[in-house]
Amino acid sequence: MTFEQRQHNAIAEWKALDEKPCIYVGAATCGRASGALKLIESVNKELKKNRLAANMIEVGCIGLCYAEPLIDIAGADGVRVSYRNVTTEMIPQLINEHLINNNPVAALALGVVGSSKISGIPNLFDLPVLKPQERIALRNCGYIDPENINHYIASDGYRGLKRALKMSPDEVIEEVKISGLRGRGGAGFPTAVKWQFCRKAPGDEKYLICNADEGDPGAFMDRALLESDPHSVLEGMLIGAYAIGTTMGYIYIRSEYPLAITRLKIALGAMEDYGLLGDNILGSDFNFHIKVKIGAGAFVCGEETAMLFSIEGKRSVPRSRPPFPASSGLWGKPTNINNVETWANVSAIFDKSGEWYAGYGTEKSKGTKIFALAGKINNTGLIEVPMGITLGEIIYDIGGGIPDDKEFKAIQTGGPSGGCLPKAALDLPVDYEQLAAAGSIMGSGGMIVADTDTCMVDIARYFLTFTQNESCGKCVLCREGTMQMLEILTDITQGKGNSSDIERLLELAEAVKIGSLCALGGTAPNPVLTTIKYFRPEYETHINEKKCPARVCKALISFYVSPDKCKGCMACLKACPVGVIKGKSKMIHIINQEGCIRCGVCLDVCPPKFKAIAKVTGSLP
Amino acid sequence: MREAIKQFTKSRENLIPILQEIQKAEKYLPPEAIYEVSRFLNLSENEIYSIATFYAQFRFARPGEHIIKICLGTACHVRGGINILESIERKLNVQAGGTTKDGKFSLERVACVGCCALAPVVIVDEDVHSKMTMKKVETFLGPLLTGSKKKVKMKKINDF
Ligand SMILES: Cc1cc2nc3c(=O)[nH]c(=O)nc-3n(C[C@H](O)[C@H](O)[C@H](O)COP(=O)(O)O)c2cc1C
Ligand code: FES
Repeated sequence: MTFEQRQHNAIAEWKALDEKPCIYVGAATCGRASGALKLIESVNKELKKNRLAANMIEVGCIGLCYAEPLIDIAGADGVRVSYRNVTTEMIPQLINEHLINNNPVAALALGVVGSSKISGIPNLFDLPVLKPQERIALRNCGYIDPENINHYIASDGYRGLKRALKMSPDEVIEEVKISGLRGRGGAGFPTAVKWQFCRKAPGDEKYLICNADEGDPGAFMDRALLESDPHSVLEGMLIGAYAIGTTMGYIYIRSEYPLAITRLKIALGAMEDYGLLGDNILGSDFNFHIKVKIGAGAFVCGEETAMLFSIEGKRSVPRSRPPFPASSGLWGKPTNINNVETWANVSAIFDKSGEWYAGYGTEKSKGTKIFALAGKINNTGLIEVPMGITLGEIIYDIGGGIPDDKEFKAIQTGGPSGGCLPKAALDLPVDYEQLAAAGSIMGSGGMIVADTDTCMVDIARYFLTFTQNESCGKCVLCREGTMQMLEILTDITQGKGNSSDIERLLELAEAVKIGSLCALGGTAPNPVLTTIKYFRPEYETHINEKKCPARVCKALISFYVSPDKCKGCMACLKACPVGVIKGKSKMIHIINQEGCIRCGVCLDVCPPKFKAIAKVTGSLP
Repeated sequence: MREAIKQFTKSRENLIPILQEIQKAEKYLPPEAIYEVSRFLNLSENEIYSIATFYAQFRFARPGEHIIKICLGTACHVRGGINILESIERKLNVQAGGTTKDGKFSLERVACVGCCALAPVVIVDEDVHSKMTMKKVETFLGPLLTGSKKKVKMKKINDF
């Protein structure tokens, strides 16, 4: 069968979905963690009970994780409505009202997918969380079945590859150059330049790698892409391989992502069946093979030279560059490494054009970027926005602000290599240069929002614990310097800090930065430096007053029963895991501070109508 | 020789995948398996240990029947993951990294499983439990402790 025939069939299959009612269930890892698989069971049961003929499709993640589990229902008229926070109990009502009575349930709906209008339900893309978004890399996420290659093809998939194969490799690289695409894995290196290096490197045997190690603890865009639309990434890899002139590719994916691995393997199998992988791809003389390598749990493997060693079956310890992988990579051969999101952008660029892509973004940072919003923010999830949008728009318009009307305190960008930016940065346009100028980085796109209950010293200590743990140990300053910094930070959070600590931290930070070979050590001090820069008084309060203003650092806080509020209900007394709350029914309870482990269970269980437990820092009232 | 090894070619590149297959089958890397791999790939056992111990994924002791992983990634940390960890540690009377005396549970820390939007997250065997609270801990621990689906009262777990 020719590819055109396959395209034709795929479109027919996609269109046929409209002939019957259809239920789309968001079943990526986040959907599953919220109970999507149980919903599928109960939808099936309900359809059977009502003898309804309908399709059911497992789709990926549209990014609105706060509203998970999400299901979309399209009735006989094809109008598709997205329902949020669905439980199994809601299924009978939804099927009955929407599918049988053709009466979409406005009270449970999130929005209408597409352009149809239904009174009482907004259109999905008019919602504040979606309106400012531009979906390029995430174009199909949440719409198509990631395990069905026909869905991808029907959504204009592999058109970009076809176009690229008609161009010369140099023209392909030129197109990427026009797009202005920069690597989405962290450093933001211009993709076309990297490809050009590797293409020009002498040697017939070259390799290509997709970096799906996604080590930033707090970022999940690569997982979502691979689980929701693996072909967009794979198509990008094919285009890159053709441009660079390589026949062998690897996907290095972390083992913590089992569903992404499964879907990748399904996608690779389908590509082989369709002549999109292997020899003579789409009838051309271009050959390409892909192997999946599963990571073994080391953050440093995400660093490109370390990754090479890991694929070769060695300890993944970074080495100095040059030589860059583009000239000497896997087994000493020229190797090109790009991130998952970078590849997903490449396929979109070739489906449309480089010029179209460059129409988004700022002067030096073109296109869009996916961010993972998490922490103290209402609309947690994945967003894709044009570069240049401000942090404030991301947090308040898209993210819906801070839960429980608490106050925004800081936003952490760039993971362990990045920094914490304060309120004053809310007007900052987000691109590579601006974030760097503020002392943070774009990184892979993790954004963790902190409110006034988040302690910035604790955050710095958290990241240092992470980098200290993950340092491969090769460079003395990364290994020992982060250890010393961590000890100082731990002392500060335990009330054992002294007045010279901040200066010592700054001094060590400089040394670690200079003395580390790779960016793990080179950027490890960033969370400490930015928190000192923007939140120095908070450090000083810990050190001088032995208080934690955010009431997080356990050594500096106490739990206390307000005698005037306690009604003696015994809830905390029963729940205390170490039995240090004394009292009797209807008699005021008292926490014995000596034995208290400050777990906070008492605060959790104290009935909201009493609010008798207080968390305090410093001396007790 | 183990089935897990046979499917591979004798190439150094396959070392980590082989170890991963063995761990999948046995839940850890027993010394005999390392010996077999060393013969198969013609590498010294020492060399294999130097590589295997580098990667956090590999275990060298048999884990418990159930493996409980507590996420301490950034999002989970900010949302109080450490309190969840400590409360499970207390309930099972075991520290992260250890296995209960009866061999039923192993407790491990992980740094992000990619469900940050639903933090804090705990993974029990293969199931991801999201938006954990200290109260919710008992809803999944309870049934595992008693082996029944019945919800167990907090008090009972305290006595454990
Ligand atoms: C410690 C460390 C961890 C990294 N982790 C990742 C990662 O998880 N994913 C990724 O794509 N790049 C990661 N990088 C960046 C890679 O080294 C490399 O720059 C990137 O994969 C190149 O792809 P890009 O040009 O498409 O961004 C990491 C770098 C360092 C120093
Ligand atoms: S930080 Fe816990 S899942 Fe990402």
